[in-house]
Amino acid sequence: MRTLTYAQALSEGLVQAMDRDPAIFVTGIAVDYPSGIFGTTVEAAQKFGPKRVFDSPAMENALTGICIGAAAMGKRPVMVHPRNDFMFLAFDQLINVAAKWSYMFNGRTGRMPLVVRAVIGKGWGQGATHSQSLQAPLAHFPGLSVVMPTFPEDAKGLTIAALQHDGPVIILEHRSLFGVTGPVSEDPTPTPIGKAKVVRSGRHVTIVATSFMAYEAVHAAEELARQGVEAEIIDLRSIRPLDEETILASVRKTGHLVVADTSWELCGVVSEVAALAAEKAFQYLKAPVKRIALANCPAPVSQKLEEVFYPKASTIARAALATLGYDPGNIGEIDRMDQFKGPY
Amino acid sequence: MALHRELLRIRSSEETIAARYKDQEMRTPTHLGTGQEAVAVGVCQALRLDDVVFSHHRCHNHFLAKGGSVFQLASELYGRATGCSGGRGGSVHLTDRERGVVFTSAILGEASAVATGAALSFQMDGGDRVAVTFFGEGSMDEGAIYECLNYAAIKRLPVLYVCENNLYATETRLDVRQAPGSDLCERARSFRLTAERIDGNDIVAVLEASQRAVDQLRRGEGPVFLECMTYRWREHVGPYFDHELDRTYRSQQEVEEWIERCPIKRSGERLVQQGLATRAELDVWAEAIQAEVTTAFDQARQAPWPEVSTLFDFV
Repeated sequence: MRTLTYAQALSEGLVQAMDRDPAIFVTGIAVDYPSGIFGTTVEAAQKFGPKRVFDSPAMENALTGICIGAAAMGKRPVMVHPRNDFMFLAFDQLINVAAKWSYMFNGRTGRMPLVVRAVIGKGWGQGATHSQSLQAPLAHFPGLSVVMPTFPEDAKGLTIAALQHDGPVIILEHRSLFGVTGPVSEDPTPTPIGKAKVVRSGRHVTIVATSFMAYEAVHAAEELARQGVEAEIIDLRSIRPLDEETILASVRKTGHLVVADTSWELCGVVSEVAALAAEKAFQYLKAPVKRIALANCPAPVSQKLEEVFYPKASTIARAALATLGYDPGNIGEIDRMDQFKGPY
Repeated sequence: MALHRELLRIRSSEETIAARYKDQEMRTPTHLGTGQEAVAVGVCQALRLDDVVFSHHRCHNHFLAKGGSVFQLASELYGRATGCSGGRGGSVHLTDRERGVVFTSAILGEASAVATGAALSFQMDGGDRVAVTFFGEGSMDEGAIYECLNYAAIKRLPVLYVCENNLYATETRLDVRQAPGSDLCERARSFRLTAERIDGNDIVAVLEASQRAVDQLRRGEGPVFLECMTYRWREHVGPYFDHELDRTYRSQQEVEEWIERCPIKRSGERLVQQGLATRAELDVWAEAIQAEVTTAFDQARQAPWPEVSTLFDFV
């Protein structure tokens, strides 16, 4: 199978979906710039032109409502936020309208095929309001699907799936993954929404992770393997619906659980997964669950502070060793240098 | 005469709610539109079945004026399965897609954005359908509405913004919310919309202005803003008159002056003056419509509850 970057896979998924469905259009700030949301909308803009890929004023609130209105009339809008943080301005529409569209009117208002793409920033001093990751607050609300592709094949597959879904789907894409390469099918094969993926099998410890932390977990697992620890990595892919069975099956097998997410701990995805294990697989757990999340403060800019703010592959590997009762000090320098220099 | 009957149907429905609300059987916060009926009827009479409307928390008038059924509205308020939203939405969340009522919402400015998006879709499809959003002047205090006005003007979208200016947002007077001399039509014009202020209690004035607006929209000549001056008679939310609860944010005298300017009374007087109806005939119509409305409410109250097993349907 050929190899694509995550950004190329996002683009290909979008273009293939637009080819098949003339109701799809793309809007949001900068979607038709030559830089095209880090390359992911360039081909769509070239191929389908300004009637289907068009820029907008900075109006995240009303534009979300406008996309909802167009979706209600039969379109499939894709609204793009170059950073998650701007999506706070859209929460009224996302949560009070899109999430409740079907339920609150007993299914009588029709479908709500809205897709929202939002990019998570990380590092290079992007700071407190350009690096947040909104899966936990969004997934809290019944009615929204929230997905986080980690690998290129799912970047494409979840884009395709979202653009075939009848309800609102929010795709959180991680900027640090845009250059990551991997095999991607040429066909428009959807990745099922609500299904986690076991990306590496193992019998000693389960590592459930999201987005960039799942990518880091794979790196951590390679180091753990060198130390004789077989980690099972579950890439959650979908936050709502949550694939409880894949998580629980792994925990029942390994008895040890580490959870890693791109956001904070309190009321976060790591806590949700830990609670799930405590409630439904307690008797299988041989040690306390370890949660790995951002340091409990806003993201700082200074390089020295950033270094200690973000968890890394080594953080995951050490947590895995600790939960197994091994000395976590054995993990060497496995962390990759952060090469990110923009564009933002 | 059809307009007058529509006004009566809406008035009877709202006043029947007011009378029965105190029974504690309609367990949903309800914002009655008594006194504002002419805006809804005048605008909706200018529309086709395939045009769509969006409304706010005081939405019964618009639901009914676009063709929604009294029985479905009453059922919704009683929380019954036969409600327009299956008893899930309540007073402020109504829909009737077949008649072009897409949805109504209690958050200010929210439905206006969705209406603007419907208009974007209509423009993309060609054709000449229009979208209408009703909102109170309180929504003009929200940022979202300006995003909408700007966007609609940039794209010349076929959307009609109908501002029902009833002078109060909840119980907050205009002078708390607008600088002296501020003019809502001027705000809309500054975004390059066509804007017009009209007497919202004059059904003919509303209808004529709406026809002008809708003609402009169908010709693709850009969005229109109508400011309809009107007044709600009863409290912000609930069945009472403010003076019955000793509220002082507006005087009983002011309310009574506006009740004198009742849109239905004016419509009836016009029909009599024009020789289209006698006072006795108007009374007969009103009684017949009240009887129909009463029957619809009685039937709604007897309608089945939603099955508990449906709790998770349509999540």
